[in-house]
Amino acid sequence: MTVGIATPRVEAPLKVTGAAKYAADIYPPNTLYGVLVGSPLAAGKLLAVEADEARALPGVVRILFAQDLPHIGKLEAPAAVTRMPMQDDVIEWEGQPVAIVLAESIEAAEQAASRIRVRIEPHAPDTPGRGRLERPPETFYKPQESKGSISEGLAAADTIIRESYFQPTRNHNPMETSAAVAAWDGDRLTLWDATQMTLNPLQVMAAAFGIPVENVRIISPHTGGGFGCKGFVWPHEILAAAAARVTGRPVRLQLSRAQQYSMVGHQAECRQTVTLGATRDGKLTAVRHEAINTCAISDTQFEAPAAASRSYYASPNIETDQQIERIHLICSTPMRAPIEGPGSWALESAMDELARALEMDPLDLRLANFAEAAPFDGKPWSSNKLREAYAEASEVYGWRSRHERPRQDGIWRIGHGMSTASTFCARMVGKARVRVRADGVTVEASANDIGTGNQTVFALVAAETLGISPDRVTIQWGDSEFPPAGPVYGSSQTMGMGSAVQHAAQDARRKLQLYGATEEGPLDLPELLRRANVAEIEGDGSFELPGGRSFNGSGTPYAMQSWGANFVEVGVDPDLGLVRLRRVVARYSAGRIINPLTARSQMIGSIIWEWGKATMEASIVEPTHGRFLAKNLSNVAIPVNADIPADIDVGFIDEYDEYASPIGARGIGELGATGVAAAIANAIYDAVGARVREVPILPAHILAGLSAA
Amino acid sequence: MRDFAYALAERVEDAFAANGGDVFAIAGGTELLNWMRLGIAAPATLVDIGRLDSLRTIRRTGDMLEIGALATLNEVGQHAAVREHARALSQACLAAASPQIRNRATIGGNLLQKTRCAYFRAEAPLPWGCNKREPGSGCAARDGLNERHAIFGWTDQCVATMPSDPAVALAALDAEVELHGPGSIRRLPVRDLHLCQEEAAALAGDRADAAATVETRLTPGEIIVRYLVPVTSARSAYVKVRERASYEYALVSAAVTIAVEGNRIARASIMLGSVAQKPWPLSTETIIGLPPERAALLPALRQCLADARPLEHNRYKVAMAAGAAMRALVEAGDLA
Amino acid sequence: MLPRLGAAASRVTIALTVNGKPVSADVEARTTILDFLRDRLGLTGIKKGCNEGACGTCTLLIDGQRMNGCLALAVQCDGRDLTTIEGLADGDRLHPVQEAFIRCDAFQCGYCTPGQILSAVACIDEGHAGSEAEVREWMSGNICRCAAYPQITAAVLESTARMER
Repeated sequence: MTVGIATPRVEAPLKVTGAAKYAADIYPPNTLYGVLVGSPLAAGKLLAVEADEARALPGVVRILFAQDLPHIGKLEAPAAVTRMPMQDDVIEWEGQPVAIVLAESIEAAEQAASRIRVRIEPHAPDTPGRGRLERPPETFYKPQESKGSISEGLAAADTIIRESYFQPTRNHNPMETSAAVAAWDGDRLTLWDATQMTLNPLQVMAAAFGIPVENVRIISPHTGGGFGCKGFVWPHEILAAAAARVTGRPVRLQLSRAQQYSMVGHQAECRQTVTLGATRDGKLTAVRHEAINTCAISDTQFEAPAAASRSYYASPNIETDQQIERIHLICSTPMRAPIEGPGSWALESAMDELARALEMDPLDLRLANFAEAAPFDGKPWSSNKLREAYAEASEVYGWRSRHERPRQDGIWRIGHGMSTASTFCARMVGKARVRVRADGVTVEASANDIGTGNQTVFALVAAETLGISPDRVTIQWGDSEFPPAGPVYGSSQTMGMGSAVQHAAQDARRKLQLYGATEEGPLDLPELLRRANVAEIEGDGSFELPGGRSFNGSGTPYAMQSWGANFVEVGVDPDLGLVRLRRVVARYSAGRIINPLTARSQMIGSIIWEWGKATMEASIVEPTHGRFLAKNLSNVAIPVNADIPADIDVGFIDEYDEYASPIGARGIGELGATGVAAAIANAIYDAVGARVREVPILPAHILAGLSAA
Repeated sequence: MRDFAYALAERVEDAFAANGGDVFAIAGGTELLNWMRLGIAAPATLVDIGRLDSLRTIRRTGDMLEIGALATLNEVGQHAAVREHARALSQACLAAASPQIRNRATIGGNLLQKTRCAYFRAEAPLPWGCNKREPGSGCAARDGLNERHAIFGWTDQCVATMPSDPAVALAALDAEVELHGPGSIRRLPVRDLHLCQEEAAALAGDRADAAATVETRLTPGEIIVRYLVPVTSARSAYVKVRERASYEYALVSAAVTIAVEGNRIARASIMLGSVAQKPWPLSTETIIGLPPERAALLPALRQCLADARPLEHNRYKVAMAAGAAMRALVEAGDLA
Repeated sequence: MLPRLGAAASRVTIALTVNGKPVSADVEARTTILDFLRDRLGLTGIKKGCNEGACGTCTLLIDGQRMNGCLALAVQCDGRDLTTIEGLADGDRLHPVQEAFIRCDAFQCGYCTPGQILSAVACIDEGHAGSEAEVREWMSGNICRCAAYPQITAAVLESTARMER
């Protein structure tokens, strides 16, 4: 038994000693330091890039403009920006790359970049609230969907809530800014890249440079956090490779923190309106969820928050309506957790308001509307233990007796809030290889390490399948030379690659059976290999899906979703408007948990992610200039250690989902980042009677809410 | 950053070469390096005063606490004499920045830090008007996103606040700052070290365009060498209000000193931080004689703030400042 | 010897100690100790997070005190004794803080981890690890976006206890 046992990370010694290498830690001989110059304006026509002064600075080797680059042409997903910068004179966002400085040192490159003057014929940029509204194309969901009739549902309701909720643009801000190091050898490219999916830059580089995929090698041993912003391929990655090609020298390029705002994506602003109708007993008769996301001019990506209401609660009538508003800002990109992350902010706040209006306990309202099957199409769930999650979490929290406890702790007014967590189930294909030798086993896959603990999952699964101890398993990852792995985004890695590794290990075990290995139980590898008279036995495995992917159980008879129950205690200081987190209890229905140690850390990390969203994070787009006002970490707040109490109690309901994946797992990486923001707002309301419908809930909002009350 | 020349100062007098133009002094460098990265300053020469150990001493002499300008924020904040006799200063120092920055940032440099206004703190070339960065270009914050900006002392040309925590405490504690310059030694009350925009404009007269660049009364070549904090029987406290629990600038802050007799406030001083480009004094007339308790203080303090001039997005600072001052008075009162 | 006033120079020869070893180099005055350690000495354990002192990712020890590498010039480190993450373990024997970080799962992506660990070593040394609340406050200079905070705090408290014994 190794799966299910708390196991320290396989790569832990590398990370605690500084031996772990990230993209910008790679310095091939003769490397040039590259710094991108971005457009200072959000919209217009590029007239000139004046670089004479910059070019003359000591240490500057070359400055590249559009005309110096190979033609790249229109890209496709997984390129995030399909209209590649530095190919024409159209400026569509502030920070859009217009030149590349290459120098012998970072100091020379940065100084030269600061001396370059970019001349643009300005157009007035479309900014949030002033852009063109559109219906987006169908992606996983149709932009407008309905079941039943909302008007009939509302007519049948005793109580109706209709409120709007706001979530601003936010940036992922991983601690590692995106980086790429490119080196060519003739027509062969090696790219060390900070990425969440090795195959993505592999595909895009081949397409961008018109070379076969076999000529591209992507190496990504460790990525310093992604949260979605390193999933797709951004212009700087292609530009680093282009600069290396043109100059004939390796080029290293790490985005500055400011460029992390303007050269890779963010989570789009979400403006949502939720309408809920219910009869007196709390049963929903109508759920209508409208959403508008900001969106780039030439590329289309949005967080689809309205779709959250398709799967949360049972209702005879459900309608979702998604629009996008095109603005002059860099294309957005998914953020932990898309769809239900922003969607739950609105829906779970509205449910709380409905509960208040009905004078019903918020937990009872959720229980009354528990969906026995997928609400929209009635498909049976692959596995759903949400009720158990509600029960256990509320019990541990002491939810039913919450108002019997003191409501004041010194200056702090105590409030309690709850919500439902839920995320989509994205299943993606992948392959893995297992090499069995007398002295141990190696697992190989191109999978990426962004800190989710996937390598340790592989080790546990391989060890269990082969009946050996996990410390005899070595993992090789992060290189396109290894079997192609699915992404570390979409909460899909454990399902996909855990299954692929199991499959590969089973393949190896079958081969070992020829030499007397049993079907199950421990194996004596030295003896088996001796009998086989080979140094190594290889097993190949994959996780396959018709059509290459499955979303929420598509292509199967089942609907698939993950759930949780969040219970949150906050303290509010009514004189200063401050809110502080005191306690969280959460329980999840997410299938089989392979490594409880890393799974716990994931949930805690995602709860804190929601704390940041709820109480401090915003990347404000300056309304006149159409660029982020602050592009740094000194004027944009993300949580610090002192914000977070030790008392965050997370756990999983024992569950095995045989339909989601052969290893019984579903996904957890994003689940904890749903519902918590609403639970916090609900708790603030419980504490001081102020209902805030925009995040971040700043002291100014609480003070305003208090003086209004 | 531009390529600059470096020299190590061997004596205090070496620092007089720093004219705030092509020559700057560097101590910890925790502010200056960021100015140079953003293009706020671009000196050709840095004079490193960071090893002038004679300016690092903290000691009590008689009824005065002397704090050397090169003492770090952690050194000041954790010094036994400061904790004992200038509690608000200890709290202010330890509430500033992060432990790493506090190990390097000096209390001299800290009071010379510049505003956190996001329009000001953008990388050159600025896409919007900022009279500090480019005199005459306007003030984008005046009618822009001004949640964090001033509610006192501002002009249409500049609405920035000055974010130093120790400045507010030193002002409330009635401290003086000693300045040495080429041919001069002088002392100023700390509360007069900084100028709000209205004061700077009055000084600038018909050179109004340049007023936004005038932030302190330092003359070229002058450096701060020490602070002198009177030791009294009053108790003090510093309250810093920010949306996250640490490592962040204040939304507003309050430093107070208080003497209590028979559960009534006998003497007090209140300075507010991050509401203006200098520590802003609140008149304490109306709170003398009140008990140092929330119910009595809050209405009186709100009255004291009646002459605040909030901007479009920062009205909340008025109530928040009253709350902060009240909290600081209650806290210090509990110790008195 | 550092240049004096009247002979200010933009290229300076510095001599310092890094992880117990003497280092001598010619540097530009504008080079930060962060970039010097990474680009010149190949000590890539120290990472760049924001380059403005707002995240603590680049924390190192200078004369035993924790500081941000992006806010210290290499020239200012002349004559000083630096410790980076590579200098913490004793050969194969991890420092108790490193071990505690592994046991408590106090990291995920690992990018902020070298800074967190050095900061933790200093935090304990300073006497600021006496309680959970104190550790949370005195470790707030190191931002972790993966948000391993409760585990980091636990690791600091656990290693303090071990080191005291």
